[in-house]
Amino acid sequence: MAKYLLLKHYRGAPAAVNNVPMDRWTPEEVSAHLRYMQDFADRLEGTGEFVDGQALSPDGMFVRYDGEGRPPVTDGPFAETKDLIAGWMVIDVDSQERAIELAGELSAAPGAGGKPIHEWLEVRPFLTAHHTVTE
Amino acid sequence: MDEVLLRSLTPSVLAVLVRRGADFAAAEDAVQDALVEAVRVWPADPPRDPKGWMVTVAWRKFLDATRADAARRRREDRVEEEPAPGPAPEADDTLRLYFLCAHPSLSPSSAVALTLRAVGGLTTRQIAQAYLVPEATMAQRISRAKRTVSGVRFDRPGDVATVLRVLYLVFNEGYSGDVDLAAEAIRLTRQLAASIDHPEVSGLLALMLLHHARRAARTAPDGSLVPLAEQDRGRWDIAAIAEGVAILQAALARDRLGEFQAQAAVAALHADAPTAEETDWVQIVEWYDELAALTANPVVRLNRAVAVGEADGPRAGLAELAALDASLPRYAAVAAYLHERDGDLETAARLYHEAARKALDLAERDHLTLQAARLNTLLRS
Repeated sequence: MAKYLLLKHYRGAPAAVNNVPMDRWTPEEVSAHLRYMQDFADRLEGTGEFVDGQALSPDGMFVRYDGEGRPPVTDGPFAETKDLIAGWMVIDVDSQERAIELAGELSAAPGAGGKPIHEWLEVRPFLTAHHTVTE
Repeated sequence: MDEVLLRSLTPSVLAVLVRRGADFAAAEDAVQDALVEAVRVWPADPPRDPKGWMVTVAWRKFLDATRADAARRRREDRVEEEPAPGPAPEADDTLRLYFLCAHPSLSPSSAVALTLRAVGGLTTRQIAQAYLVPEATMAQRISRAKRTVSGVRFDRPGDVATVLRVLYLVFNEGYSGDVDLAAEAIRLTRQLAASIDHPEVSGLLALMLLHHARRAARTAPDGSLVPLAEQDRGRWDIAAIAEGVAILQAALARDRLGEFQAQAAVAALHADAPTAEETDWVQIVEWYDELAALTANPVVRLNRAVAVGEADGPRAGLAELAALDASLPRYAAVAAYLHERDGDLETAARLYHEAARKALDLAERDHLTLQAARLNTLLRS
């Protein structure tokens, strides 16, 4: 039992196989993609493995502390698609093998031409908050 | 109202329903409904015979649910006859429920969830909170688990080792939400020990008690980890240690050693030392030798290297370590500790940093980061 983050972003990984940007898909292809994502989440809830899934708006900003009594500094957005985090899913599974299997399925979401996108997803284990017996 | 007492009735009430012919999944739902009603009704109107009350109400809930399900009318005719409970003693029923909920056809997380609900009497919401998943996800996990074991015959004994593995998983999960899973695991293991005479069940119960006894001392007020050697031994739970040691001694006397008994023996030797310096590391090494003979688990040899480092000096520990696979979890942490004891602070600092990067437990990672920072500060001054 371990939680994993399946992170969809465009930092560092090679390009997807079916690398056509979403805005050049047909509306039917976009719908099919969204339906696939929803079905995937529903199926994981059915298997008792779904924890959370969110999509993020590409519009964001950078914020930092700017000293006592001053409002935070904001900057950006820096609209570099290569840094964009598009969304994530959190799963709770029995093994790393299962996490990899599910990430593989998620990566098969259909894109242009109704063919799998084959996009790279980053799989990261959560740090657990409990102490296992390790003394 | 004592909620734990109420929940302790769960397995025997559930077993009565199954013996009367209810299928496991429906019986389990009915018992949950009865638990909810007990929580509502008992405070104002406590029953004289709690178990009798639970059986009556759970059976009524079961019949209501079955009647509501028109497609199952034929089965209703059968169960309406209310056959008498079988002659088997109650302890066997409880035991069979443990076996069923830990059935090998279930994945570990499903077995854990089903055990907590059907044997422990926890609600789906409580289990979901404890494991930090949405309630809907946990509900599905449990109903799938019930479907998986629906074809398993209830009257057939199982392997106690599978049950112990599930209980050990529950214990190790610690606690979050409003349920203390470690305490619940101890309660369920105690209840199991009352149903079956098996030295490894005693071994696991002793192991849990001995670890649990140290829990208050294991965490500093700020939530950080306190390693065994630095714990305030005055904060250890003496009564739990005494109980754990007594249970372990009785089990060991039967001369059927198993992994949990050997692990408990190590824990008992730690609990027995008035100070960290007085720990009998030579005996601990011997117990790790016993454990290594019982299991191929490489973590045992890693722990043995730590014990050898304490018994015969860090160089001896490092020599043990050299024979092991460096990709083992916590290998870098053990190596860092032994190098520090050996006076090689630079290597130790580097390995603590590496170990922190690999740690999957948040408190452990923070602890290892602190060790790296401490040594690097020392090295700079």
